[in-house]
Amino acid sequence: MADIAESGKVTTTPAAEPAERKPLPRWIITLSSVVAVLILWEIFGRQVNPVFGSYPSAIAAAFWELAVTGQLWSALYDSLRPFLLGYALAILIGIPLGLIIGGFRVAEAALGIYITAGYAMPLVALVPLLILWLGLGFAVKVAVVFLMALFPIVINTWLGVVAVPKTLIEVGKSFVAPDTVILRRIVLPATLPYIMAGIRLAVGRAVVAMVIAEFFTTISGLGAVIINSANNFDTATMFVPIIILMVMAIGLNWLIGFVERTVAPWQAEIAGRERE
Amino acid sequence: MGEVIFLDVSKRFSLRVDGEVHHVQALDRVSFTVRDGEIVALIGPSGCGKTTALRVAMGLDPSSGGRVTVDGREIDGCGHDRGMVFQHAELLPWLSALQNVMFGLEMKGVRGPALRGTAEKYLNLVGLKDSQNRRPHQLSGGMKQRVGIARALAIDPKVLLMDEPFGALDAQTRETLQGELLDIHARTGKTILFVTHDLDEAVLIADRIVVMNKGRVQKIMAVPLKRPRPDLGVVRGLPEFSETRYKVWRALHDGATVH
Repeated sequence: MADIAESGKVTTTPAAEPAERKPLPRWIITLSSVVAVLILWEIFGRQVNPVFGSYPSAIAAAFWELAVTGQLWSALYDSLRPFLLGYALAILIGIPLGLIIGGFRVAEAALGIYITAGYAMPLVALVPLLILWLGLGFAVKVAVVFLMALFPIVINTWLGVVAVPKTLIEVGKSFVAPDTVILRRIVLPATLPYIMAGIRLAVGRAVVAMVIAEFFTTISGLGAVIINSANNFDTATMFVPIIILMVMAIGLNWLIGFVERTVAPWQAEIAGRERE
Repeated sequence: MGEVIFLDVSKRFSLRVDGEVHHVQALDRVSFTVRDGEIVALIGPSGCGKTTALRVAMGLDPSSGGRVTVDGREIDGCGHDRGMVFQHAELLPWLSALQNVMFGLEMKGVRGPALRGTAEKYLNLVGLKDSQNRRPHQLSGGMKQRVGIARALAIDPKVLLMDEPFGALDAQTRETLQGELLDIHARTGKTILFVTHDLDEAVLIADRIVVMNKGRVQKIMAVPLKRPRPDLGVVRGLPEFSETRYKVWRALHDGATVH
């Protein structure tokens, strides 16, 4: 009854009912799924010629070899530097840009079209041009990662600003908040879930961009490990960096989710769902 | 002091429907006065302009003609002399109840210990001292609206403007809050202008009722019920309540049938 909640003594957060059977934790389901896929892969992968495919135990052995010789760590270091810098720049520039485009009519009309077009830009085709501008080294790799990661962040931030309920802005106005305060204290927090979704989407694109950059510029990093082992028909070794990249993306995604729950805890609470 | 005067206030909207521009006269030379310390209800069918009138008074929408004054000063946009209570409370979901009340105070320039102290005082006034750290989604509809009222009252406005404040609540909660609003009014003496579509609510709470129809003031009626009205259950049983309720119903009904 509403009047019970009105008294203020009863907590409205639904408490876990002790009598109910606890549902299986999500991590157990995920882990079982991964184990099942690995087992199937192992069984069927062994039937295939090792040039055309590989299987988990062979990949693990190749991983061990790359790790012991130190090749893996130097490749990872070479890849992560441009990746992290490009990704960080995309976040630092993308969020304010999205806020400005979403917040100001003129900016939206003047710049929105480039963002929409840029999202669909065939970046691979532009890499040769970027090489002419920036050379074959570190800078061009940062640029490729930055350009791939920037657009989903800008677009999501922009859409988030547009989706802020008008009434919340009117709350600010009715208390005579200046526009800058409304942007910082109402629009920005209301947009945060969208921004975080954009940052998540950008992870996958940034990882792909990093490998593309390593293929098309100076062959280096994890991309070089992929190319060299593929050229030697060493399929198991080729899978090592690919799997490392996918695991890295999962890790980053988890980290972003953790940051999201820390900076915007109300969102998960409102949605009524704990995400892991 | 807190006297609000509407003087020939008009408001026109233009809408484009299927390529044709339609002009909607949302307010047509609306004039009425809310005296200091008085509670006035704006009532009328939906689309009659009652919410528009309130928004113009708050400064959220500009008028196309006429003026609104608060204590003789013509309003120009939003101001701290008016406190707005929104229909769905519109609390900021990332702030606790206390922080929501503090937000309004901060915008008024209140800083330091007075900020928290004042916010706590007004949350206490609406009976939410124990829930001050809850975020909006952890509050019931009635509690949210109490925070909304505290947020508006905390900046100590001359006038409280309320847009169908209890319209989204269930019947029992609504009655509780109506009683609490009268109690708050008795303690603070604030001038209140509120919009409602609920006939009973208008008669129970208001000193005078402005009946609107098609953007015009159709009738202004006094409610012959004495203050204070500590028990609204008793008020409902009084013959004056039923008579006034019938008269307002009649006025609304007449307005609806005149075409």
